[in-house]
Amino acid sequence: MPELNLVQAINQALDQEMTRDSRVVCLGEDVGANGGVFRVTEGLAAKHGGHRVQNTPLDESGIMGVAIGLAMADMRPIPEIQFEGFLGPAYDQLVNHGARYRNRTRGAIPIPLTVRVPVGGGIHAPELHSDSPEAIYAHTPGLKIVMPCTPYDAKGLLLSAIRDPDPVIFFEPKRVYRSFKEEVPEGDYTIPIGEAKLVSEGDDLTLVTWGASVFQALEAMDHLPDDVSIELIDLRSIYPFDMDAVARSVEKTGRCVIVHEAPLTCGLGAELSARIQEQCFLHLEAPVQRVTGFDTVMPYYKLELSYLPDAERIGKGVRECLAY
Amino acid sequence: MTDVSAGRERLTDQLSDDVLVSWLYDMQLIREFETRTAQAYQQAKIGGFCHVYTGQEACCVGTIAAMEHDDPIVTAYRDHGHALARGMTPEACMAEMFGKITGCAKGKGGSMHMFDKPNHLYGGHGIVGAQTPLGTGLAFAARYQWEVMGEGSKKVALAYLGDGALNQGSFHEAQNLAGLLNLPVIYIVENNGYSMGTSIERGTTMADNLVLKAKGYGIKGLQIDGFDILNVYNQFKPLVDECRDLQRPGFVDLKTYRYQGHSMSDPQKYRSKDEVEEWKSKDSIAALLSHLMSERSAVTEADWKTMQKDIRDRVKKSVDFAESSPDPEMSELTTDVYANPQPNLSPTEDYRHGVRNPLL
Ligand SMILES: Cc1ncc(C[n+]2csc(CCOP(=O)(O)OP(=O)(O)O)c2C)c(N)n1
Ligand SMILES: [Mg+2]
Repeated sequence: MPELNLVQAINQALDQEMTRDSRVVCLGEDVGANGGVFRVTEGLAAKHGGHRVQNTPLDESGIMGVAIGLAMADMRPIPEIQFEGFLGPAYDQLVNHGARYRNRTRGAIPIPLTVRVPVGGGIHAPELHSDSPEAIYAHTPGLKIVMPCTPYDAKGLLLSAIRDPDPVIFFEPKRVYRSFKEEVPEGDYTIPIGEAKLVSEGDDLTLVTWGASVFQALEAMDHLPDDVSIELIDLRSIYPFDMDAVARSVEKTGRCVIVHEAPLTCGLGAELSARIQEQCFLHLEAPVQRVTGFDTVMPYYKLELSYLPDAERIGKGVRECLAY
Repeated sequence: MTDVSAGRERLTDQLSDDVLVSWLYDMQLIREFETRTAQAYQQAKIGGFCHVYTGQEACCVGTIAAMEHDDPIVTAYRDHGHALARGMTPEACMAEMFGKITGCAKGKGGSMHMFDKPNHLYGGHGIVGAQTPLGTGLAFAARYQWEVMGEGSKKVALAYLGDGALNQGSFHEAQNLAGLLNLPVIYIVENNGYSMGTSIERGTTMADNLVLKAKGYGIKGLQIDGFDILNVYNQFKPLVDECRDLQRPGFVDLKTYRYQGHSMSDPQKYRSKDEVEEWKSKDSIAALLSHLMSERSAVTEADWKTMQKDIRDRVKKSVDFAESSPDPEMSELTTDVYANPQPNLSPTEDYRHGVRNPLL
């Protein structure tokens, strides 16, 4: 089986789905000959034609609105927004229209849209190029949100997203883009949206995270004493999230630490934490602990690593939760 | 492009040698500064993204020269030139990119976010196009403060944008508002022909006649060759005077070229080496220098050598300053988010300082 990095796995999924389904159209700034800002669509225009990998002007609101219009007419548009901060200008189209159309038309007009967006920090970029806005969109009924952090998951989740009848934001953790390769089957496979991944089994504490933080959590686990047994869950789907997997694990371990890059207040950790206490109250041995970014604007690169939850902070959160 | 004032006496003919020599100095300062910036970026001393202004120097120096110092300015993310032309010290600008506490925004904004309120520079902006309504708001305030509150004098705001930003909705909303409310703002499109890898013909309609876009909003527009600083001043200054006098908006398609890639990691597959060389052969600094040497006899070979050396030393000092300045303290993470932070809103401090979560 060939080994691919995250960029290559996404590229392969796009390529295969464009081959399989002529309704799939990619669009965005420089996605054609230039292959997009992170070269994720490289080679696709040459193979499938510029009309299917459509370069657009610099106009996120237009890109998103046009993509939603395409979806209304039963196409399968995949707009690329270059960085998560540029969802700002597209927000109105996505949230006020794309997310609500199925409901507004009482089911008559679904929006099978997949918005690809690089996300998160760790590449020394400034604010608007390093943010983690997943909770904003998870708070928007009608949108689905996924954030795979491995090439294998990326391909399977992207194929699911494109085939999903509802709008999906497909967040790509840019810190992971080229950080490692793994075996990715060449054939067609999907990973269901809404299913978490059990990265490692354990009995003492449940670590829940997603995106690039999965690798920080793994590093933190390496530094814990051997007799501490951690169950690590990569949520993968931000909304709908896999509450069954989380609850099952927390009922077993009795302790939970949630890690995310986004600021603490009203982050997805807050929702998970509330659900855990609702569903697992009698199993809990300690309050649910959150290790997150701070309630501040994503800082420029000198302070970036002080902002992002790293192995040390995660380890501390885990030890505190265990000691409670 | 023809100089509209050809035949008549040109405005620049009335300017002293000193003024024109100061333009030469500023343009060369920006060029040298950007050379050093690119170097520092390659040495990983500058993080994030970095967009240099090399080639476009006549645009910011020529247009800012036509303004009053207290006329407010906003620009996009390719903003080092505007900052320097507006009077920011090379030290504050370089240190900002190095992420140091001595930077113009305490090292928090980096290359794309140069702010200098004392010099009436209201920032570089990382969201393409977003600055254009802000510039329009600055113009609204300026007009209101003069007209309603009786403060100060008539001002004109400048909102610079790239040709890529022409396509953002925010820019069209800004123009319509300015046209409707008669706000004294001039939108200056620094038209370097490319928006990342997208040439202007592929990015916007009526690419060879952008003033039509402004006309649609009732705004007077000019097309100006932005590679010849004398021409920039001669054509732009009357527009500024008119917009100031009548308190109404303007638009300029300022034709220019960027010598370097879009950012520091741009393979530049979208243009040919010949095209770049052709523009370089018309270089704006060389043209002004030649005017000052041969037509004005205001600068000698020796003067130019001395000026270049002074500038090299000055920019080198700014790099040394940036390098030796301290990094921001961890505590800067949470400063300046609010004027009055709510101390107990989130346990940020406790997490950071290793104190137990108050819940536990
Ligand atoms: C809203 C938004 N979309 C996309 C980008 C990414 N981006 C940064 S610069 C740029 C091209 C802008 O070109 P132009 O306006 O012509 O300015 P120039 O680079 O030529 O100075 C793009 C697409 C961004 N920063 N903001
Ligand atoms: Mg441009």
